Amino acid sequence: MATRIVMSKLSPTMEEGRVLHWVKKEGDPVEPGDVVVEVETDKATMEVEAMGAGVLRKILVEDGGTVPTGTLLGVVAAPDEDISAILAEAEAGAVAEATAATDGAAAVAAATPATAEAPATVSAAAVEVAVEPAHQPAGDGGRVKASPLAKRMARENGIRLEQLNGSGTGGRIIKRDIEAAVSGGVAATTVAAVGSEAPYQQVELSQIRKAIARNLVTSMGPIPHFFLTIEIDMNRALDLRAELNKSLEGSGAKIGVNEILIKTAAQALAEHPNVNVAFADDHIRRFTRVDVGVAVAVPDGLITPVLRNIGPKGLRQISAELRDMVDRARGKKLAPEEYYGATFTISNLGMYGIDEFTAVINPPAATIMAVGATVEKPVVVDGSVQVRKRMRVTLSCDHRAVDGAMGAEFLATFRDMLENPLRLVL
Amino acid sequence: MALMTYRDALNQALREEMRRDPDVFMMGEEVGAYQGAYKVSRGLLEEFGEWRVRDMPIAELGFTGLGVGAAMVGLRPIVEYMTWSFALLAIDGIVNAAAKMRYMSGGQFKMPITFRGPSGVANQVGATHSQALESWYATVPGLKVVAPATARDAKGLLKSAIRDDDPVVFLEGELLYGSKEEVPEDENFTIPLGVSEVKREGADVTIVVHARPLHSALRAAEIVESEDGISAEVIDPRTLRPMDIDTILDSVRKTNRCVVVEEGWAVCGMGAQVVDDIQREAFDYLDAPIARVTGADTPHPYAKNLEQLHFPQADLIVKAARQACYRK
Amino acid sequence: MATRTKPTDGLLGLDRGPLIEMLRWMILGRRYEEKSAEMYQMGQIGGFCHLYIGQESVAVGAITPLRDDDYVITAYRDHVHGLVCGMDPRAIMAELFGRVDGCSRGKGGSMHLFDRDANFMGGHAIVGGHLPIAAGIGYAIRYRDTDQVCICFLGDSVANIGAFNESLNMAALFQLPVVFIIENNQYGMGTAVSRAAAIENLADRACAYEGMQGWTIDGTEVLEVRETVEAAVDRARVHKLPTLIEANTYRFVGHSMSDPNYGHYRTKEEVHHFKAHDDPIKRYIETLKKHQMITDADIEEIETEARRIVDESVEFANNSPEPPADDLYTDIYAEPYPDAKRRDPWR
Repeated sequence: MATRIVMSKLSPTMEEGRVLHWVKKEGDPVEPGDVVVEVETDKATMEVEAMGAGVLRKILVEDGGTVPTGTLLGVVAAPDEDISAILAEAEAGAVAEATAATDGAAAVAAATPATAEAPATVSAAAVEVAVEPAHQPAGDGGRVKASPLAKRMARENGIRLEQLNGSGTGGRIIKRDIEAAVSGGVAATTVAAVGSEAPYQQVELSQIRKAIARNLVTSMGPIPHFFLTIEIDMNRALDLRAELNKSLEGSGAKIGVNEILIKTAAQALAEHPNVNVAFADDHIRRFTRVDVGVAVAVPDGLITPVLRNIGPKGLRQISAELRDMVDRARGKKLAPEEYYGATFTISNLGMYGIDEFTAVINPPAATIMAVGATVEKPVVVDGSVQVRKRMRVTLSCDHRAVDGAMGAEFLATFRDMLENPLRLVL
Repeated sequence: MALMTYRDALNQALREEMRRDPDVFMMGEEVGAYQGAYKVSRGLLEEFGEWRVRDMPIAELGFTGLGVGAAMVGLRPIVEYMTWSFALLAIDGIVNAAAKMRYMSGGQFKMPITFRGPSGVANQVGATHSQALESWYATVPGLKVVAPATARDAKGLLKSAIRDDDPVVFLEGELLYGSKEEVPEDENFTIPLGVSEVKREGADVTIVVHARPLHSALRAAEIVESEDGISAEVIDPRTLRPMDIDTILDSVRKTNRCVVVEEGWAVCGMGAQVVDDIQREAFDYLDAPIARVTGADTPHPYAKNLEQLHFPQADLIVKAARQACYRK
Repeated sequence: MATRTKPTDGLLGLDRGPLIEMLRWMILGRRYEEKSAEMYQMGQIGGFCHLYIGQESVAVGAITPLRDDDYVITAYRDHVHGLVCGMDPRAIMAELFGRVDGCSRGKGGSMHLFDRDANFMGGHAIVGGHLPIAAGIGYAIRYRDTDQVCICFLGDSVANIGAFNESLNMAALFQLPVVFIIENNQYGMGTAVSRAAAIENLADRACAYEGMQGWTIDGTEVLEVRETVEAAVDRARVHKLPTLIEANTYRFVGHSMSDPNYGHYRTKEEVHHFKAHDDPIKRYIETLKKHQMITDADIEEIETEARRIVDESVEFANNSPEPPADDLYTDIYAEPYPDAKRRDPWR
């Protein structure tokens, strides 16, 4: 049976892709799982595997060709099979969106995210009373057990039941689970969006919030930015880093400033969940996990690998993950889900000697933090002038979701934590 | 207002209605000279005479039909059964004749008759004398079915039943006759048929219950309040057909959980209809499956311990309420 | 055995008017039932339809002497009883057709005819179910202390059912003005009376009730029926005593339209014998002719009039619309019953 190879939609933002290199040539035998073609998305290079066996009968898009997602790239079929209908279909237009891959399209990218199950967590404290049997996954072979009321509440709040753990009998999702998910307070049960995106709680837009979003967008382009800058005394943070690295000598591990910034940001965001958000047209997603993107310069541009769920991770783990990500980013080996969906982003140009700059928000996140170089400068401390190591950071905020005071309060916490870095271990 | 027994409240209702309307008369086994098997008709023979308080032979089918015939020509008979289990001998008169007369005559004949008597379990009277068969009657269009659980309701509802132009099956609680409550003595006091009453307000779970188990449910509500912090709302529909389901639905939309209690059997019981009404009209408000507490799905045993086990006691309602609220 | 003697003067001292009126009713009843059979076979009448052909003398002889304020109640073989009580023949036929102009707006059917204005109390389809109701009507008469009576027709099978004993016992005990008339057509559905009742004359069962008389008569003689019922009515009206009459008669047709006229339970020869010798209409015409009360021309006129009424009834029923759909939901209670639709949103 003939199977199609199409330009799959490999990332949420991908609209077109480029054929880099056909690994197989027309006439080559193909087994399922064989890499047939390499394609380049907006961010990375992907290997496309065959889903069916046969011969690569036809290549429709040659190396270097850029086509919209869904376009038929080639056909795998038996040597004597009639594929004229498929070719005619391709003539008539692009195969329907990559979703067609589910009903007979032949190929999927090897790196296509396998809809990573978000690690929704249930805080015992959120559950009002012990329950039997507690905390079974609500999913049951794909069917989600939820009370009719819970379903209605989830629908009204834009919550995806699949991502919740039910606290009712047999894991049924019930009213209190939705209430816990909706309330910003205790991150009991959480909602995750597609793929590896951080789970979030949907916050309905108030009328004033809608008005702000509407008005600002008309004044300042698709995302109404505003910028908050703060200067941070880095002496103690850098001292801490030095001490940590001393203790790590010989282990091969080394903590960088970025890791400390990432960790500090996650801690501060935990205290300011209203900044760990995204604007989503008719509602605000308040993420219940901190996924930090780190801007990495690569030869032909910029990519922001995302370190997931920073909250529970220590500096050493963050460091290891960051190093791996950066390496793979530079080799263009990141899978789409690895560079999409940050809830907060850090862009550090300090190594280039930049004192201070503003960064452009990378949707869908509502914030990005631009970090300048740490420089020694005279500062008045307790009435006397001292030379201190100072760093200036600028937070870009999406005004549709984040107001000035919210951002400022977050930055103040961020600064206080860096200036008293022992808070990081609290 | 006066503190009086359920029995005396019924007696007062009968007396007031017979004084008020000369077309009202009552009949049954031992209602006259004996003063009533349960003394509900005490003193009525003396006041109203034998044509209006008629002792009947033990012939339920016969005197039920006699009542139907009298109602066809405009009287307002009250037919007393010594227990509703005995009325099984008369069910043709109730179901085939009384319930259908208006319909199959195209509205020519009204049927202002009240069938009344004790229903449900008594004390160790065994399988043939203890049944709660309200669902048998409540399934029949044309009948109205009433089951008061308190003295006040008993008086107010019986007066309305007697004044009603349709046949009313009026189920009294054999073990409620001695229960007391403040009851209005005003002869104009009535309680309309088809109106539920919230017997206890609450926020977390709705308990729908009629007849004697109401008292079990009220005790259960106190227990879950003090032991579990569950606030139970207790609703007594009082009239089972036509039932005021809106009051129940309003409550369930508020509490999102429901326990339906009845003394009768579970299969095709009254509560099954309540559950259907709720799921049909308030499905999206339910946060838990509706729990039912019923009489055991067995005949009624004689042995005292087994008989008590048969009844929907408060402890069972407590368990059901906890389950509905996802408590242990 | 309490069998009443036959009338001595042959005509009960009645004038020609009431004598002819009885014949009119009997012939109308016969033609009406024949037309009903035809309409049933054409599919215009549905369900169970029990015809009265051969028994006309009982209803006519019993009902014609009654006062307008007396009550009549019977079982499911009820068309002719309703007619003789004064019901509109057109409304009966429309009811049989299931049309809105039927006496019960099409909701009752053949077995459940009612007419409150005619004091025709039905039309009851459960064997024995209406006897207690008759007692209740009698009780109400006593309760109101009027001198009405209630005539209750019943089939021979009813003598064996519990309600028979309960009702006759109460009627005797409370001295109710009820006349129970057993129409013994020899078969309870397809079972001969002798195979169902452990007694030769069903009326003899009256002896079980103090104050009740039990009379067995030839029900094919309309004048004998009339004279007997008049005596029973007098007992009821004046003395408040019930009576049990057993009128022996014969059904010329099957139990219902769904049943054969003859077969395993009775022979064709038997049916033909009764039709030839015991047709109550033929007998009554013979009697009237013997007394020079009627001519063939009179009979022809009566037949013509009966056919006219029957044809008019059929035409009326044909022209009557079916009941509107909303009628399904009316007449259940005194007040509207919205729950019926609320629980049934699709119908």
